Amino acid sequence: MGMSQHRRLWAPLALVGVAGLALAGCTGDIEAGGDDVDCADYEDYGTFEDATVTIGGTILDLEADRLVESWSDFASCTGIEINYQGSSEFEAQIAVLAEGGNAPDIGIVPQPGLLARLAAGGWIVPASQPVIDNIDEGWDPIWKEYATIDGTTYAAPLMASIKGYIWYSPAQFEDNGWEVPTTLDEMMELSETIASDSGHQPWCVGLESGEATGWPGTDWIEDFVLRQAGADFYDQWVTHEVPFNSPEVVTAFDSVGEYLKSDEMVNGGFGDVSTQISTPFQEAGLPILDDECSLHHQASFYETFWNPDGGDDITVAPDGDVFAFLMPPVDADDPQAVTGGGEFPVAFREAEEVEAVRTYLASALWANNRVSLGGVISANKGLDPANASSPLLEQSIEILQSPDTEFRFDGSDLMPGAVGSAAFWRGIVEWIGGQSTQTVVDEVEASWPTS
Amino acid sequence: MTTADLIGKILQVVLGLVVFAAILGIIVLLMGRAPRRGRTAWQLLWFLLPALLLLAVGLVWPAIRTTLLAFQDNSGNFSWNNFAWMFTQPAAIRTLINTVIWVLLVPTFSTALGLAYAVFIDKSRGEKIYKALVFMPMAISFVGAGIIWRFVYEYRSAGREQIGLLNALSVAFGGDPVQWLQTDPINTVLLIVVMIWIQTGFAMVVLSAAIKGIPTEQIEAAQLDGTNAWQRFMNVTVPGIRGSLVVVLTTISIATLKVFDIVRTMTGGNFNTSVVANEMYVQAFRASEVGRGSALAVILFVLVLPIVIYNVNVLRKQREIR
Repeated sequence: MGMSQHRRLWAPLALVGVAGLALAGCTGDIEAGGDDVDCADYEDYGTFEDATVTIGGTILDLEADRLVESWSDFASCTGIEINYQGSSEFEAQIAVLAEGGNAPDIGIVPQPGLLARLAAGGWIVPASQPVIDNIDEGWDPIWKEYATIDGTTYAAPLMASIKGYIWYSPAQFEDNGWEVPTTLDEMMELSETIASDSGHQPWCVGLESGEATGWPGTDWIEDFVLRQAGADFYDQWVTHEVPFNSPEVVTAFDSVGEYLKSDEMVNGGFGDVSTQISTPFQEAGLPILDDECSLHHQASFYETFWNPDGGDDITVAPDGDVFAFLMPPVDADDPQAVTGGGEFPVAFREAEEVEAVRTYLASALWANNRVSLGGVISANKGLDPANASSPLLEQSIEILQSPDTEFRFDGSDLMPGAVGSAAFWRGIVEWIGGQSTQTVVDEVEASWPTS
Repeated sequence: MTTADLIGKILQVVLGLVVFAAILGIIVLLMGRAPRRGRTAWQLLWFLLPALLLLAVGLVWPAIRTTLLAFQDNSGNFSWNNFAWMFTQPAAIRTLINTVIWVLLVPTFSTALGLAYAVFIDKSRGEKIYKALVFMPMAISFVGAGIIWRFVYEYRSAGREQIGLLNALSVAFGGDPVQWLQTDPINTVLLIVVMIWIQTGFAMVVLSAAIKGIPTEQIEAAQLDGTNAWQRFMNVTVPGIRGSLVVVLTTISIATLKVFDIVRTMTGGNFNTSVVANEMYVQAFRASEVGRGSALAVILFVLVLPIVIYNVNVLRKQREIR
């Protein structure tokens, strides 16, 4: 009797023990790396004991690994343990987490509109003075405004990307004697030349992106609004000081429509106009390589999509297989106007170690560390363009750092979520599907939150 | 995750179990000491208390809060704007209309198909295999089903190889490939097909069991009266399984009202295919319009309510008959 009772007790306990050992095999206990780190650069940030900072964001996979690597020296020198967790649902969940008090210490927010909402909820901590000093030192003042709400600055920018690039094949251009356009009119002429001479539609466009379908189309509209109506109008447009359905916006829509809604202009290699909605944006530019189209409008990050299976079969360079020029201004003499994106690390917990991490992330030191690892750029003026991993990224950094460049953040990211990440995207889908410009802009205007 | 984290988590689980056992122990102890008079009432109360508490925290309070949020704008002031938006914006109205179409089509077709199938395979050889074939989709998640069917509807422009079954057939018979999921209004119907495909198995299994519950005497008596198969079906089988039919219809209706995964995986609510549950998520979480999302949730609740009440009523009447 006593024996069997013992067995009854021990069997589950043994099971728990075995399961625990098996699970322990799944944990990622990694030995601390070599300690040949030069800590001189990190002395100013101080040293901490038992300090842990958690960071959440949308950055995933390889990019996330590089992000973690970019602060590994900082972490080992200051003694702050930094845990990063990426999630594709971060943007949808962060407000819920924040309201429930479960947000990470730092959230890397890719949309100023979302940052404004988090600030309105009273969940995020204003940036400390060292962070603000770093912003003033490293960035064009416009960047500070994106993270400033009612006079309070909440975060420094992190990385950047440039939108409005037009990808093309330098070899194809040379063979046909085509030239990179310097004005919007020339871009139209070039497109018409390609359409009549080459026998293929000049542009390839893909707007499909799962539930975010339509966003590449908003980039087109924003590029045209910024160039045709000017930066001041653009600022008023994204903050709703002028209605979304202003005549200037209608003009921009109609100008884009001359490309995207014309069967002669799109959709090279894919079919008629309607195929834009079902073509994934990741694949859309690839027909350029098969001479099925010649131009593709997409941000600097499209560089990684040319070799979808990895490797470097396709070279991205001024004399390589593909390269990109910026969408030209209305007049060749106009300043170069650029739309782009970026992230802002906002803090949900007020603590010295959190601000130390944020100060580091806002420094030129971090920008150089991260850009050297490849694939991304920053708008920090202290960044050495030579650290960029490709000619295109180098060129992008120079554009961002040039005092003549009029940089504006991606408009749909600046607008409230209801407009920028819902109605505007959906409006583009309807518009390509045949809906009139006026109906679409009126509908987007009506979606603007009343408060 | 490090080993230390893991041990910490295991300890948390163990602690949770201990606390749970302790609370139960206290409840049982208190029950034992309850006054002798009205002891059953006390015992009832103590056993119900944990469930009532959890219901209040997990269901009643969120329902109240959602309703309150539905009447607030983003800064927390009272407003009717969320409901005004819902019934005036073309996109939002379309969402409501789509949901109505879903609720009309899915339960009717699933139940009718399931019933017909159940009747035809009843007592046939290999019944179990036939049942398994139709019941199988029930085992696939809505997201999985959505992905499978998206391949069926896949579109490639004319002249290219069609990898989607439907367009491959269309081209094989000399037609042009169609952008099935982008073409309004056929796309909503094609999404509904997926839901019917999943739910037919459920209807079939429940109704088949009900059919087997009809006393053979009744069928034989009807046969002796000289009825044909259709008359027997309409006058004996259907009345005999009425209770199950109501349960099946209402269960599928409720599942259909809150359909979300299929729409989200297949079209993301684009091309005029959005439904209330999908729009609720989009508004509340992606668009940060919690008020609008809550208003949609309230409407969903209002739509489900009559179905639940009807269901409860029918079940109560049946109990009275017995």
